[in-house]
Amino acid sequence: MTSSPVLKVEQLETTFFLKSGPFKAVNNVSYEIYNGQTLGIVGESGCGKSVTSFSLMQLISSPGRVTNGSALLNGEDLIRMNAAQIESVRGGKMAMIFQEPMTALNPVLTIGYQMSEQIIKHMSYSPADARDRAIEMLQLVGIPSAQERYSTYPHQLSGGMRQRAMIAMALSCNPQFLIADEPTTALDVTIQAQILELFQGLQEKLNMSVQFITHDLGVISEVSDNVLVMYGGQMCEKGPTQDVLNTPAHPYTAALIESRPKVGQYIQRLKTIEGSVPAPHEIPAGCPFATRCSRVLAECWIQKPPMKPLQTNPQREAACFNPHKV
Amino acid sequence: MTTYIFRRIIQTVLLLIVLSYVCFNLMTLMPGDPIELMISSNPKITTEDVARLREFYGLDQPTYVRYKNWISTLLEGDLGYSRTYRIPVAEMIGPALKYTFILSMCSLILSLAIAIPLGIYCALRPNSKFDYIVNLLSFAGISAPSFWLGIVLIIVFSVKLGWLPAGGYQTTGLVYDNIFSEILDKAKYLILPVVSLSIQSIGRFSRFARSAMMEAMRNDYIRTARAKGLSENIVIWNHGFRNALIPLITIVTLSLSSVFSGALITETLFAYPGAGRLIYTSIISNDFNVAMVSFIISISMVLVMSLIADLLYGVADPRISYE
Repeated sequence: MTSSPVLKVEQLETTFFLKSGPFKAVNNVSYEIYNGQTLGIVGESGCGKSVTSFSLMQLISSPGRVTNGSALLNGEDLIRMNAAQIESVRGGKMAMIFQEPMTALNPVLTIGYQMSEQIIKHMSYSPADARDRAIEMLQLVGIPSAQERYSTYPHQLSGGMRQRAMIAMALSCNPQFLIADEPTTALDVTIQAQILELFQGLQEKLNMSVQFITHDLGVISEVSDNVLVMYGGQMCEKGPTQDVLNTPAHPYTAALIESRPKVGQYIQRLKTIEGSVPAPHEIPAGCPFATRCSRVLAECWIQKPPMKPLQTNPQREAACFNPHKV
Repeated sequence: MTTYIFRRIIQTVLLLIVLSYVCFNLMTLMPGDPIELMISSNPKITTEDVARLREFYGLDQPTYVRYKNWISTLLEGDLGYSRTYRIPVAEMIGPALKYTFILSMCSLILSLAIAIPLGIYCALRPNSKFDYIVNLLSFAGISAPSFWLGIVLIIVFSVKLGWLPAGGYQTTGLVYDNIFSEILDKAKYLILPVVSLSIQSIGRFSRFARSAMMEAMRNDYIRTARAKGLSENIVIWNHGFRNALIPLITIVTLSLSSVFSGALITETLFAYPGAGRLIYTSIISNDFNVAMVSFIISISMVLVMSLIADLLYGVADPRISYE
């Protein structure tokens, strides 16, 4: 970790200006991703994982807006780029894979057309070269008879094949940094495993830095070097994946881990986290998890716990006044 | 594809026969047949004459026989005579269809050319001031009754300002030097009815284009297209509009189906010799042959246009295939 990070996000804040008042979907989030590494972002639905990614891509639409912070990709601030600048980065140096392969591809255009337009835009290829490049990418992601698949429409492919095509599309312009927004959530388990394997192989081959978003802790432990746990738009805990998953410091991380089944262990009932994510106006002034936390202290309600390095392991940070002993 | 078209054409013909039979029956249900008209115009007519005339014209036959006779002569190319005007139906309907076609097409093209860009512009800036104003004007246009709108236009532009003629289709007694002066003169008469018709359809079409475009732009693949770094123009036209086109095809082709049936109220207001007025007067005056031919034309237009719409869906949306 001596080199400078590929991506450095600092104090990112994205606010949605709703009729009921402004709502910070992402609040003071900072992290770094180094060359060739993967950061996993975990959290339950509505915790701000996807909004964080969309903020980096400038894909937040009204009434939302990035209201603070910076996101440096190789030293260039993505947040402050104008439309032309961000367009030249999106799909080029920085690409994104989406959750729903069923709806993320345009139904009325062929796979090949959708791939080629991106290649022509970023790599200045001729249409014929773009076609060759697209077919090469389709082969790379393991789509059989890629030549024919080039001219098929998305509805003619299965979900797994569509996600492969989506990955081929995202990787077609050699991105340095890839955002994968729950790329396996919509797929069934066997296809999930195939896609993850493909994904890791390609990452190694192309030496990409990846921001991998999921709510699946199993997937996180498999793919990511570091993990960032989010709740209510804020960071709870971050650090090397295995350390965080084995000895969680933040009560929310611990609760997430406890609520998943383990192989070889028979239990009557899985643990759940009591309650649900509070509505925007019900989030307490202090720690957002205070309403559901088993270790809540009086000060948690009043004051936001800052992210602090753990005494035992300075690589790890947690935002908690009463963390588990590590 | 060919078998699909073939099947659809057969369906269309069958439907046409059924619907024309229904129309034929409805026409015979109307009180007053041609003989009764003769009686009222000639009080000296005797009961024997009436019976003889009925037999002569075939009016003593049951409806289905009369329908069979009518449709077989129709298929031979004989549209019959207008009872009211004593001229062949083709000679009556031909010019009316031409005038109505010109009026409807001008209005359709004008309103689509204005409404679709307007709707798309609003869809890209929903709830902006511009959107609200267009929304308001659209509903005003949709809600304005055509008789009122036409009269207002006549009062303002013909009576008060004197810019345009109040009605008709060409200056009577004017001899045209060349084709351009003819077009220019006839265009002057077209402006007010076209505007009157367009104001209503612009409101309708722009609402439709707006919602179709908003629906398309809400889709995930629009975000994908943006994430690929495509310029906003390409995102809007290649990805957004390409999908919004599918619902727009429906409304455009169905509007095309009415280019021959005319706009009764507008045509009447502007004394425009179109098919709408012709159909109305032929029904009112029991001009059986004219009315039936007009019905057949209107029905076939709807059927043919919906077939065309279905085929265009297949072109616009690869998910629809007619195998």
